[in-house]
Amino acid sequence: MLIDWFTVGAQALNFLILVWLMKRFLYQPVLQAIATREKLVAKELADADAKRSEAQKDRDEFHKKNEAFDQERAGLLAKATDEAQAERKRLLDEAHKAADALGAQRQAALIIDARNLNQAVSRRTQEEVFAIARKALADLATTSLEERMGEVFTRRLREMDGKSKAVLGDALKKNSTPALVLSSFELPGPQRAAIQNAVNETFSADIHLQFATSPDLVSGIELTTNGQKVGWSIAGYLTALESVVGKLMKEKEKPESEAVPAVTPEKAIKSS
Amino acid sequence: MRLSTDQFIFWQHGVCKLNGTIVFTWGLMLVMAAGSRLITRRLSTDLKRSPWQNLLEIVVAGMELQIAGAGLKHPEKYIGFLGTLFLFVALAALCTVIPGYEPPTGSLSTTAALALSVFVAVPLFGIEEQGLGGYLATYARPTIIMLPFNLISELSRTLALAIRLFGNMMSGAMIMAILLTITPFIFPILMTLLGLLTGMVQAYIFSILAAVYIAAATRAGKPKPAPATAPAKLSAG
Repeated sequence: MLIDWFTVGAQALNFLILVWLMKRFLYQPVLQAIATREKLVAKELADADAKRSEAQKDRDEFHKKNEAFDQERAGLLAKATDEAQAERKRLLDEAHKAADALGAQRQAALIIDARNLNQAVSRRTQEEVFAIARKALADLATTSLEERMGEVFTRRLREMDGKSKAVLGDALKKNSTPALVLSSFELPGPQRAAIQNAVNETFSADIHLQFATSPDLVSGIELTTNGQKVGWSIAGYLTALESVVGKLMKEKEKPESEAVPAVTPEKAIKSS
Repeated sequence: MRLSTDQFIFWQHGVCKLNGTIVFTWGLMLVMAAGSRLITRRLSTDLKRSPWQNLLEIVVAGMELQIAGAGLKHPEKYIGFLGTLFLFVALAALCTVIPGYEPPTGSLSTTAALALSVFVAVPLFGIEEQGLGGYLATYARPTIIMLPFNLISELSRTLALAIRLFGNMMSGAMIMAILLTITPFIFPILMTLLGLLTGMVQAYIFSILAAVYIAAATRAGKPKPAPATAPAKLSAG
């Protein structure tokens, strides 16, 4: 007999016990663990989803803020740049103006300095030259020179051009007071007579002359009447020379003053 | 020649006896219960788990899937019975690699006991699901004429369950015993491997057929879902 009924019963009981044991020790704990883990995973996934959505939200917000901040920053930067440029332009203009003013002031000062110096130098030179000339001519002025001067004077009277002659003649004739003949030395009689003759001949009238001396003439003779003057004197030459030199000086100052900003005062002095 | 472990008697008192079948079954029960207890003693419920726990979870989850595939809606309700059937038959077959071990499923008494358990469990699950009247009414379907045939079917399939498992397991052990006497040692090893394979297949067939019977009993009055092809094919084995 292949079937032993006692064994069948025992095995059936064994199997039932095994079912209970396995339920108790295997299926329940394992299924419970799986269920718990699934819940955990689901929870974690939900958490992750929530976190992700929150992160997405945060990110969006951050992006928005970032964009707004960027725009604001760009606006502020542009504004600041504009302001800075305007300020720079203003400052530059001011600086230019100040520099120009300072340059002009400096130039003017330099010009004034140069002019003053020039004037001083020319005046001094003039004075020195004239002093030397006066001294030399005064030293040389002798009676014979006076005589020569008288000759020169008379010749000049005679050689006067028609117009000047007429004007002077009118003045001499109309003047009631005697015409004044100035000389640096007292004129001797013959010379006085020669001058009187020459005047009379030249103007064809009897002109009264009054002779006087004037050291200012340096050396020479002058006939003065009613605002008209004729004569020859070294002082006259010197005055003419002085006026020519002064004119030249003024002409020379002009181009120098134009080039002054590039020239140091020392150079200006040197060149002048 | 010893055909069954039933004949290997350790102790006897009247009808009561302690034979090889019972002893090997106890051994298997001990291994299964103790192993499960050892592994499930410290189950982790978080994302990290031990390899043994992982293995058990795979086995249990796989069985749940198979039960659900057989058409049972709440696999966790039936896994205690069907899962234990599978694990017991499978472990009994797997242990044949241990020298001196004889599978208790190679005894017709054991397979008959398992088949009887199924024979009892099917109506119990059916009654629990549909009520006594509802379950009994399934025998008279589609017509009352079918009642005897349904009853015969109930009995014959229980018998088939017992004989199929017994035949396969016993034949494996028998072939091994015969081959050991006539062939070199390599061939019995190959046959052992084949025996392992057939043992696993039988475990699967036994439990999946039980699942199908329970499924049929529990949803007889309900509209049938699309027929599952796999159990139908396996029932031929």
